[in-house]
Amino acid sequence: MTTAPLLALRGVSKRFGAVQALSDIDLEIHAGRVTALVGDNGAGKSTLVKTIAGVYTADAGTIEWKGRAHRIARPQDSQDLGIATVYQDLALCDNLDVVANLYLGRETRSLGVLDEVAMEARCRELLDSLSIRIPSVRIPVASLSGGQRQVVAIARALIGEPEVVVLDEPTAALGVEQTAQVLDLVELLRRRGLAVVLISHNMADVRAVADEVAVLRLGRNNGIFPVAETSHEEIVAAITGAADNAVTRRSARTLTKDGAAPSTDAAADDDRNRTTEAGEETA
Amino acid sequence: MSGTTPTGEQEPAGAAAPVVDPRLLVRERGMAGYVEEFRRKIRGGELGAIPVVVGLIIIAVVFQSLTGTFLTPGNLSNITVYIAGPGLMAVGIVLVLLLGEIDLSVGSMAGLSAAIWAVLSVGQGVNDLLAIVLAIAAGAVVGTIHGFFFAKIGVPAFVVTLAGFLGWSGLQIWIMGSEGTINIPRDSLVRDFNNFYFSDIAAAYGLALVITLGYAAALWTGERRRAAAKLPNRQMVDLAVRIGLVAVAAFTVAYVLNQHRGLPLALVIFLAVLIAADFMVRRTSYGRQIFAVGGNAEAARRAGINVVRVRLTVFTIASSLAALGGLFWAAQAGGASKSLGSGNLLMNVIAAAVIGGTSLFGGRGWIWSALLGTLVIQSITTGLNLLGMASEIQYMITGAVLLIAVVVDSVSRRTQRTAGRT
Ligand SMILES: Nc1ncnc2c1ncn2[C@@H]1O[C@H](COP(=O)(O)OP(=O)(O)OP(=O)(O)O)[C@@H](O)[C@H]1O
Ligand SMILES: [Mg+2]
Repeated sequence: MTTAPLLALRGVSKRFGAVQALSDIDLEIHAGRVTALVGDNGAGKSTLVKTIAGVYTADAGTIEWKGRAHRIARPQDSQDLGIATVYQDLALCDNLDVVANLYLGRETRSLGVLDEVAMEARCRELLDSLSIRIPSVRIPVASLSGGQRQVVAIARALIGEPEVVVLDEPTAALGVEQTAQVLDLVELLRRRGLAVVLISHNMADVRAVADEVAVLRLGRNNGIFPVAETSHEEIVAAITGAADNAVTRRSARTLTKDGAAPSTDAAADDDRNRTTEAGEETA
Repeated sequence: MSGTTPTGEQEPAGAAAPVVDPRLLVRERGMAGYVEEFRRKIRGGELGAIPVVVGLIIIAVVFQSLTGTFLTPGNLSNITVYIAGPGLMAVGIVLVLLLGEIDLSVGSMAGLSAAIWAVLSVGQGVNDLLAIVLAIAAGAVVGTIHGFFFAKIGVPAFVVTLAGFLGWSGLQIWIMGSEGTINIPRDSLVRDFNNFYFSDIAAAYGLALVITLGYAAALWTGERRRAAAKLPNRQMVDLAVRIGLVAVAAFTVAYVLNQHRGLPLALVIFLAVLIAADFMVRRTSYGRQIFAVGGNAEAARRAGINVVRVRLTVFTIASSLAALGGLFWAAQAGGASKSLGSGNLLMNVIAAAVIGGTSLFGGRGWIWSALLGTLVIQSITTGLNLLGMASEIQYMITGAVLLIAVVVDSVSRRTQRTAGRT
């Protein structure tokens, strides 16, 4: 990783009431590389994605785009930079048809009027390339199957010619063939020089396409592993926190004694501090 | 969008991976195919304008047989004048309903607007046209205030506009001051909203021709472009039927109007607003954004849409249209008064939007429901008036019609759910 990162998160924290969803997250995203983001349910992956996408604003920390700090306060800000996001909940408008959803917020216009024909033609082209069968691009997305909806959401991320594509569990609802298509697509995007952030619970998928794996555990960084040099077990250990050992426990305890405990909510404190350093040491 | 089911042969031959599902029911060619598709749509709960049109025909037949005078040109012509005021207000309500919200203040706003115009123009001697503009501008200000509290502060629109409902009618009474009513002077433009007719028969026929040709041109060029881009497009029969229906409707109305006093100015303005609003809703990004916010506001926000701006401006437009409608309403009443716009006006306007086919649940509907719905309500009112029925009976019947419309809306929503549509 000699090149400067395209997108970098430095010490990003996000808190929801009593839940510290993200604490002090560092992450670097490089052009032409696929970064997988893994972690257990509730680890904070989607929260991190939404922070990058401008759905949430970070409580602390900075987001750097091409080396310069940017404030991402709204989804527009993120899109304007060139970040396209596929959300876990897809964020589609059920009452609009496929074409309208694909182009929502950036409709093709000619003389100020919606150019439905151009949009529909491009939409069919794109869906063809993703080899998904949809009854018609003119039916409301409410009437599509879960997987079809997911492909629509993915296709939507590709419309705006982004530089970073963030995919939050894009293959969760997909069949074998469509999953393969999406993984192919991820590789295609990497070859085109785009940066891809891929969230998935499927280790096989992650190992197949990712260059490095960033592990989140209970809202904290738990190590970044180059896929080629890391075993499956090591990653799983980092996810579950089994990488915990006596050394990290002791260092955690000294940290707490010094009063440098970064988290304030007492209940989860113990568990979180223990795993803070684990990843870095494994890596 | 209806009727664009792709037929097999229009698919680009030899495409690597067809987008079209082979299980998709393909429409047969010719008449049988249309009948079959029509049946399927009804079963799927996509009723479109059919219930309203059927309702209108029933209303016309019933009242004609009871009174014998309902279908006279004079009566029908009057209906087209009466619908302008509530119809303009209903256009605003349709926009608000598309957002999934409600505006309960349109009746008060209509009364306030009339009061502002009357006091300025008649009381203070302000230029008549300027007074009209100021009254509509007052509507824009009121709507922006509603929109601010709803979209920016986050107070439910129901509550904001309920406060407006009370507050603005209070302001209306205060503005009217000691005057109980202010009659419209003879030379006022507002009087023309009710009384001016283009009596030359060329006017009504000309408008019918323009509407038909405009519709045909828009449809034809659209389908040509679709065909050129190898997208599924409608067959010639389909186009011909649609254009034919519009032509028959337009020229029939023109003929009837010319039997009486000609083309009413009120109808011309109402149609112009309808066409402009329909264009805005279906052909511009802004209209698309209204539907998106009404369907899923969070998804709209994530797509980069400025949800606050869309919500705020829709309320501004709705109140402005209510203000304009109020002037037509005053024109029919003969002047502004302390109680103008109270009574069942608000309910009738909301009922009209729903009866015409715009959903109360947001994100589904069309502008023309303002026309169809007000036609239904006004036809019932006029018919009952011809029968000499008291207003309490009218209230009950209008209430029942509204209930039926909401039931149709709710049921069709449920059927569409089960048929896989929202
Ligand atoms: N809007 C919110 N309000 C309050 N708490 C939230 C909110 N969103 C997320 N959280 C909390 O933040 C934590 C992280 O949630 P997040 O959705 O980021 O997990 P995730 O890693 O994406 O999990 P999964 O793999 O199940 O998708 C959870 O404890 C969750 O309860
Ligand atoms: Mg998640």
